[in-house]
Amino acid sequence: MAGGRFAGIDVGSRSIEVVVLEGGRIEFAAEEETSYDPLGQARRLLAALGPVGAALATGYGRHLLGRHLNLPVVTEIKAHATAATSLHPGCRAVLDIGGQDTKAIALDATGRVLRFEMNDRCAAGTGRFLEVMAATLGYTLEEFAAGAAGTTASVAISSMCTVFAASEVTGLLAAGKNREEVARGLHETVAGRAAAMLRRVSAESGVIFSGGVARNECLRALIEAELGGSVLVPRWPQFMGALGAALLARAGA
Amino acid sequence: MSDHERMWQELGLDLSAHDGLLKVLGKFYGDIYLSQQGRLSGMQYLDFVLSEIHGLRIQELLSAKAAGGKVVGTFCVFAPEELIWAAGGTAVGLCAGADVGTQLAEKVLPRNTCALIKAFVGFKLARLCPFMESCDFLVGETTCDGKKKAYEILDDYKPTYVMEIPQMKGAADRALWQAEMVRFKEMIEERCGRAVTAEGLSAAIRMVNDRRRALQRLSRLRSAQPAPISGRDALLINQIAFYDDPPRLTAKVGELCDQLEERIKAGEGIAHGAVRVIVAGCPMAVPNWKLPYVVESSGAVIVGEESCVGERHTRDLVAEDGRSVEEMLGHLVDRYMQIDCACFTPNPTRLDHIVELARRVNAAGVIHYALQFCGPYTTEAYKVEQRLEAEGIPLLKLETDYSLEDIEQLKTRVEAFIEVIQEVPRG
Repeated sequence: MAGGRFAGIDVGSRSIEVVVLEGGRIEFAAEEETSYDPLGQARRLLAALGPVGAALATGYGRHLLGRHLNLPVVTEIKAHATAATSLHPGCRAVLDIGGQDTKAIALDATGRVLRFEMNDRCAAGTGRFLEVMAATLGYTLEEFAAGAAGTTASVAISSMCTVFAASEVTGLLAAGKNREEVARGLHETVAGRAAAMLRRVSAESGVIFSGGVARNECLRALIEAELGGSVLVPRWPQFMGALGAALLARAGA
Repeated sequence: MSDHERMWQELGLDLSAHDGLLKVLGKFYGDIYLSQQGRLSGMQYLDFVLSEIHGLRIQELLSAKAAGGKVVGTFCVFAPEELIWAAGGTAVGLCAGADVGTQLAEKVLPRNTCALIKAFVGFKLARLCPFMESCDFLVGETTCDGKKKAYEILDDYKPTYVMEIPQMKGAADRALWQAEMVRFKEMIEERCGRAVTAEGLSAAIRMVNDRRRALQRLSRLRSAQPAPISGRDALLINQIAFYDDPPRLTAKVGELCDQLEERIKAGEGIAHGAVRVIVAGCPMAVPNWKLPYVVESSGAVIVGEESCVGERHTRDLVAEDGRSVEEMLGHLVDRYMQIDCACFTPNPTRLDHIVELARRVNAAGVIHYALQFCGPYTTEAYKVEQRLEAEGIPLLKLETDYSLEDIEQLKTRVEAFIEVIQEVPRG
């Protein structure tokens, strides 16, 4: 029955996710690369859903779907806040690190957004930054996180700009530094930046960490240590934006 | 070659680059302004002024010059334009609101310079601004280090007189400003070849006050619910006020305000149900319409600008009861000392004015707009944040420049802010 199914689609800079809710449960979820053709990719994902009562778009490409597919839109900030509150009622902060954005969101006790911060136009500390650094070190993303987690020593990285950090890393490797320690240094830099952004919006603990980068366990642990409070990662953090959009579609937002 | 083109060539503009600039400006204006619904016929004059931005107004300036008057370009609301008019000159506020000649500007300026400074240097180096080329000389001021040092460089290309702006509001600062006002008067008399008389200065004070009063009336009318005019249109009027003929602009704004009053009486407006916000911070000069466009295409309407292109330009009047030139100079000093630019320390009245404006126009939130690398405004944003938090007024702090590359990030921030303030129960 179409009326009981609600879809959310999150068109991010690196990947697109869809989630379908039915009877309060996630009935379907899928993910594709954004690629050079986000609209085509979104269309393919949506075509596979079957009939839905209402759908909502979020993410960097939300207006593309708004314009071409006539979908209502909501910002990632509201979508992530909604999903976090739904899974963890009473949580007071959300950290979302996606492909090219980092967002810190403070919530009140009822889940309403109080404040938010976003990185500016540069990709410092985002998923894209980690991808470029992993590649510079000759790692896959999984190896990169494992390498950083496997050592306690680290090499300090001073650049946060993706381009400058890549040349800094190249220089460190040329100076004979250990690859794992450089990887750890990069993780610490990203964790420090994320924690600082969280502190700017909120003094409350109980952080939900969403977005694809939250799958990096080393980073989660470092942010937790930096904040001195718990940082929880939902089971499928990369689907939180789409889940929030589906929840808002169901609520008639 | 058209008359305008001949005029631009005689002014020494780079004709092909200038042609490109006008095309971009025209497209921008079409997308951002002419596409709006429900605009009043009173806006047609402003559309016309903008369509002739580099045409008819320049002809007028050149006619004034031919008649022996001087054209004086200014960059700041501190320039006491009354003295320029009283000496038979024409004051023109130069815009510096576009990403133009940036590469040329970066040859002489550090890259970490704000977009506004790069723009006025860029316009000059690229020979793209007929206003600047029409000017006999320019008036700069020491509002920030970037401008202060850039004027030294600009002076190599166009004579630039620099006024020293005080940085505090004590008695010694007022004395400095008084001395600067006298120095400015003497300079302008010498360069214009005409003494400032009590009669002339009194007339100039009234003329500029009349324009301020017309813009104050517009500011009051905008506060109606629903807003009778878009923030973009109101901003445009405040932008044009810097270079149009003052009595004519006063009359035209008056006509528009009459129409707005009718509209308000009928209970009509634009953007029913839009979230009301004000923008506070750095000036937005023509054609810097990026943020207003983003805000107003995200379900909000801008109902006030706490800015030099806005309230800071029009809020205070000069007392009109001065009888001698000395007395009037004192009134000018008093009026201009009230300007609450972020170059002052401390600067508590600016915070008061932001709160006052937000309350008066019944805004649900404030967007603080600072140009990247603008030390005074980006730093003062923290004080604004503290104060608005204490007052319970939601704030979104933005830092940007004139380029369009961050428009999607701006949209996300602005839309999320609007979502947030829509949900806040307002009491």
